[in-house]
Amino acid sequence: MTTLVYLIPVALFLGALGLAGFLWALRSGQYEDLDGAAERILLDRDELPK
Amino acid sequence: MSCCAPGAEMALDYTAAVMPSSAEIKLASRALGGDLHQTDLSVPSVHCAACIHTIETALSKLDHVESARVNLSTRRVTVRWHGENVPPLFAALGRSGYPAHLFDPEVAGKDKTLSELIRAVAVAGFAAGNTMLLSVSVWSGAEGATRDLFHWVSALIAIPALFFAGGIYFRSAANALRHGRMNMDVPIAVGVSLAYAMSLYETINHGEHAYFDASVSLLFFLLIGRTLDHVMRERARTAVNGLSRLAPRGAVVLDGEGGREYLPVSEIVPHMHLLIAAGERIPVDGTIVSGTSDLDCSLVSGESTPRTVGAGAPIQAGMLNLTGPLTMEATAAAKDSFLAEMVRLMEAAEGGRSKYRRIADRVSALYAPVVHLAALLTFLGWMAAAGDWHRAMTIAIAVLIITCPCALGLAVPIVQVVAARRLFEAGVMVKDGSAMERLAMVDTALFDKTGTLTLGQPRLINASSIDPTMLAIAADMAAHSRHPFSKAIARFATSPSQLRLEAVSEHPGFGMEAVTEGNTWRLGRRGWAGWKARTGGEGKAGGYGGTVLTKNGMIVATFAFEDAVRADAKLALSTLRDSGVSIQMLSGDTAKACREVAGALGIEDYAPSLLPAGKVEWVEALTRQGHKVLMVGDGLNDTPALAAAHVSIAPATAADVGRNVADFVFLRESLLAVPLAVEVSRKAGRLIRQNLGIAIVYNAIAVPIAISGHVTPLIAAIAMSASSLLVIGNAMRLQGFSKGASFASPSKGGRGGADAAARPS
Repeated sequence: MTTLVYLIPVALFLGALGLAGFLWALRSGQYEDLDGAAERILLDRDELPK
Repeated sequence: MSCCAPGAEMALDYTAAVMPSSAEIKLASRALGGDLHQTDLSVPSVHCAACIHTIETALSKLDHVESARVNLSTRRVTVRWHGENVPPLFAALGRSGYPAHLFDPEVAGKDKTLSELIRAVAVAGFAAGNTMLLSVSVWSGAEGATRDLFHWVSALIAIPALFFAGGIYFRSAANALRHGRMNMDVPIAVGVSLAYAMSLYETINHGEHAYFDASVSLLFFLLIGRTLDHVMRERARTAVNGLSRLAPRGAVVLDGEGGREYLPVSEIVPHMHLLIAAGERIPVDGTIVSGTSDLDCSLVSGESTPRTVGAGAPIQAGMLNLTGPLTMEATAAAKDSFLAEMVRLMEAAEGGRSKYRRIADRVSALYAPVVHLAALLTFLGWMAAAGDWHRAMTIAIAVLIITCPCALGLAVPIVQVVAARRLFEAGVMVKDGSAMERLAMVDTALFDKTGTLTLGQPRLINASSIDPTMLAIAADMAAHSRHPFSKAIARFATSPSQLRLEAVSEHPGFGMEAVTEGNTWRLGRRGWAGWKARTGGEGKAGGYGGTVLTKNGMIVATFAFEDAVRADAKLALSTLRDSGVSIQMLSGDTAKACREVAGALGIEDYAPSLLPAGKVEWVEALTRQGHKVLMVGDGLNDTPALAAAHVSIAPATAADVGRNVADFVFLRESLLAVPLAVEVSRKAGRLIRQNLGIAIVYNAIAVPIAISGHVTPLIAAIAMSASSLLVIGNAMRLQGFSKGASFASPSKGGRGGADAAARPS
């Protein structure tokens, strides 16, 4: 039973971490252009205009 | 150029106007502080990584450009530049093969609702996952202090979900109740909050049953449906907003002392003198002071033949100046111009559509009182039978939880999301779900002629009877002009003709003149170019009063035009007729032009020479007779009728107001989009009714179990998820239908048409 004292907070913390990560990504515009992100991987970095 | 063929997919670029002046670009740009400016451009032909690379490189190479970033999802480019002078953005894009147009960022704005919805889904998803884990432990036999601990943790996790995710439903329900209406969110809000309150009470009193998982996962499911619905509508809206703007942003104003200034339309007042270059649209009503030109009036009046105008002629806002520069005097400000009058007529006509109540709202108006009454009766019944108020209350709330309309809340939007996606792939944008419900009911379709049934562009019809050498010369000359007849002839340009044309000049209102090796060639109006016919047969006047090619005053070729009928128009109309929709044509054009098109398409009922108000009356008369009217039109003069009809469809080439008021906008050239939209809407309507049926059957089974007091949280969780999955699965059948069905490729013209004709239904 005592393991629950650690495990529940750990599980919730990890879940909350994922949630926070998602909300951060949403706010910083990572989801603005999903089609573009899929295509841009095909471009070489040194080709890209600065 | 890149791998893709820009413009091949969407029939957007045939309205491509002249590049906007730098003054207009500046007007549409946003100042970012300092001398930095940001300009948003819509580039409909961006497709792939190579496109992104080409555009970003081409723009970044320009002087004064800070950065250029392509957004492939919205097909837009954001350019930041500094300095006073606008870099030649459009020229650079044009050279790379990507036609672009200015985009107003304030029209689109940032989508706040979407980010709020996604945040709510994320929070609800997190809470649902964790409470479900804890609930499973309780169901598998956790007892005593452990169970209480799990319940308390669940209660804690559910709070942010209730506030964040539930808030959307609570606000909507409160709003509906305040206006004395009932919507699906009312029973949802009541169910979720009661489930939470009862579970909290049970937890405090070390009770056995808590419904935290039910209330949170319910919100999670419903929010997914709502978010998808929003995303679909937003995609359609973005696509429509990205279309090039037809109404001018401003005009060059002459101050009478040789000075000129570019002013936005809103600042133009009567008596100002405006300079209208060839290729620009008239911004406000006025009269011509000097200059001669041809005006394309198809958007304003529906006339398919350009009008030749000179000094003194009155002109209306929205007409397109084709050939020569004009100086005009404004007689009305923009708010009193033709366009504004159309908007007023449109608002006056918009009564009928707002009366329509969505299926979901009508169902919930019946459903919510029934379930709330059932819960109340259950409570009273158990009180009378057992006299234990705690037990009676628990069972009554269990009834509310189990009837909480998860499946009902998803039944309508999920089908509409799948249907809208299906139409989106075929190039038809759906503005909102109620449009599909209304389209499924139509029995009469009214079509505008110019620009809707036809392309609004003339087509040369006697090319085969013209001497190929003469046609080649005419095509070379025509390539120098923007007149629609010239464009039609220029399409027949073959290899460069042997003759070298010198001194090609355009005489607005008359035609083109060119000199070759001492010969003077004229292409244009019969009376101007020459009278004498070389042979008797060619002397006859062709379709539009005679366009001829002359060599030193002798007619050597005669050209006949007709307004080209949209691809598949005939097939589209017959498909509509087969599905029980009667067809009529309304036009502002002459009776003769209407008769030709009606004859070609087999339309029996048509009304020529209608004014905008006349079209509205026509629509209203049919509505009074009990018909559900679909209006398909593109012109400014159709806009009031689009608003008056039960449901409306506009092509992408329609006037801006028309596109905004129409429920559907189709981006491709084929008119098959119209029967496709009707077909998908009807199929969606059937699936919605089936889904509602499933939800009712579910309730018929679940409610008696709940009333008899046998519902546990485990049963509630299983029953609710199962019914939701059933409803979603049923909606997906629409996707299957469309994949196998006939209209898979309406863009491919003839082939798609042949398939559609062979359609079994």
